[in-house]
Amino acid sequence: MSVLVYTESEEGKFKKIAFEAVSYAKGIANILGTSVTAVSINGNQTDQLGKYGASKVLSVSSDKLKNFNASAYADVIAQAVEQEAANIVVISSSANCKYLAPLLAINMEAGYVPNVIELPSSVAPFKIKSNVFSNKAFANSEITTEKKLIGLAKNAFGIVENETSSIEENFSPVISEDDLHTKVTSMEKSNDKITIADADIVVSGGRGLKGPENWGMIEELAETLGAATACSKPVSDLGWRPHSEHVGQTGKPVSSNLYIAIGISGAIQHLAGVNSSKVKVVINSDSEAPFFKAADYGIVGDAFEYVPQLIEKLKEFKSNNA
Amino acid sequence: MKILVCISHVPDTTSKINFTDENSRFDTQGVQFVINPNDEFGLTRAMWFKDKQGATVHVVNVGGPETEPTLRKALAIGADEAIRVNTFAKDGFFVAKQLAHVVKDGNYDLVLGGRESIDYNGGMVPGMISKLTGFNFINTCISLEVEGSNAIAAREIDGGKEIISTTLPLIVGGQKGIVQEADLRIPNMRGIMQARSKPLKVIEPVDSNSEINMDSFTKPDAKGSVKLVDNVNDLVELLHNEAKVI
Repeated sequence: MSVLVYTESEEGKFKKIAFEAVSYAKGIANILGTSVTAVSINGNQTDQLGKYGASKVLSVSSDKLKNFNASAYADVIAQAVEQEAANIVVISSSANCKYLAPLLAINMEAGYVPNVIELPSSVAPFKIKSNVFSNKAFANSEITTEKKLIGLAKNAFGIVENETSSIEENFSPVISEDDLHTKVTSMEKSNDKITIADADIVVSGGRGLKGPENWGMIEELAETLGAATACSKPVSDLGWRPHSEHVGQTGKPVSSNLYIAIGISGAIQHLAGVNSSKVKVVINSDSEAPFFKAADYGIVGDAFEYVPQLIEKLKEFKSNNA
Repeated sequence: MKILVCISHVPDTTSKINFTDENSRFDTQGVQFVINPNDEFGLTRAMWFKDKQGATVHVVNVGGPETEPTLRKALAIGADEAIRVNTFAKDGFFVAKQLAHVVKDGNYDLVLGGRESIDYNGGMVPGMISKLTGFNFINTCISLEVEGSNAIAAREIDGGKEIISTTLPLIVGGQKGIVQEADLRIPNMRGIMQARSKPLKVIEPVDSNSEINMDSFTKPDAKGSVKLVDNVNDLVELLHNEAKVI
């Protein structure tokens, strides 16, 4: 009857969102007076999960699961759910987790609520709060099925340490050939850069930067902060930056700790994709730019003047605080 | 090839989000409804398959009569036939059950949906349909080619993309990239006239339970106003000491 949590890893290394998911699962387990079992697929150093509250780790190693496959991963997790007789399953909100979650929900006949931001306000009936309308509202929902699948919004609960003695068990699920009908044939990925999904800080540029040749300072600012780079829709439509950097309603969602928007006016479609970031900073020469209404901090001024100054100041700050 | 495009009828992005009946449901007053943007990318790709590969394209929505203008718009863009499942869309699972029934009943080869709807952001319907029908499934799809019964797709992943090969029957959760924004079609007068005489079938729902009750809605507290500074020293100081994010 433990709370089960899927802990996502990439090339063996657990993602930060996996630690957040375990922290959250531990929160629910505490309410229910039970423990947390984590499921890891090809993850190394599973003992790390104990630090956030997992009492048991079901560890799957399989070459067949080397590439992410939503259907196969969902089946693996469903088998773990059955073995543990778990009624509550927690997953993250990464692209992969959102891919597999609806499959898992049908597999385990669970009601699924994605984008959850808090622990349940009650467990009988099971009531939970989630983001809807692109973070412009919250829904308070009751999950009426016996089994429940909870998709935790990134950065909503935070990583909470909860040292727990943890045992690892090898878990060997049945992997059906039927699950392997979709095959990854190749992958293009820049491994040297922090991704928007993983970054704590995102530095984003808009049309106010006038042209792709001016992105040097955006990249330098991002590097100084250990941040990912992103851009507004017009910038990706103009081909100044790759589509993979486009953030907003039709692009990638951002929920970082800090989002710095430079030369972005803040169209409502842009804000819909970035407004779950905790702290938003805007640098824009137009004091009427709508983004200032949604921002926490702002500088009304020329990006070409302020961004180089900001880089210098941050370098100085970093060397003083190193 | 027979294609079904799932169309969600959603408030335009610029709509004011308010709730009514003691905050138990979305207030549609004064709200303009549109084809869900992620679905529109899929619909546009379906038009490409129609033009280049002779595909037949049907569109479907689960909802009341108020969603028909949205289906008519899809017909005006070029879909051949529309289906409306005449019921209130209770939750994602309920909608997926209805659509899975339509999919099985219509012998479709390819089903195009969106990565998520911009209202409830559930992102679950295409995946659930795939599990209920046994169709292969690709989510966050940013390109799709079909040749015979083989499909090659690209999926957006964190930090890049992967190329996936699979077979029909297939369901896809599409997004920008499956076509570009510039490829989206605005219905012309001829399309609008033709849409009036195209079939819009209304069918009754199949029995299904729902799993989630959205009991009430709340809105975030009003945000405090922006703190403006005029130099980077103050900004770094605030980010460090007040916001504590660096």
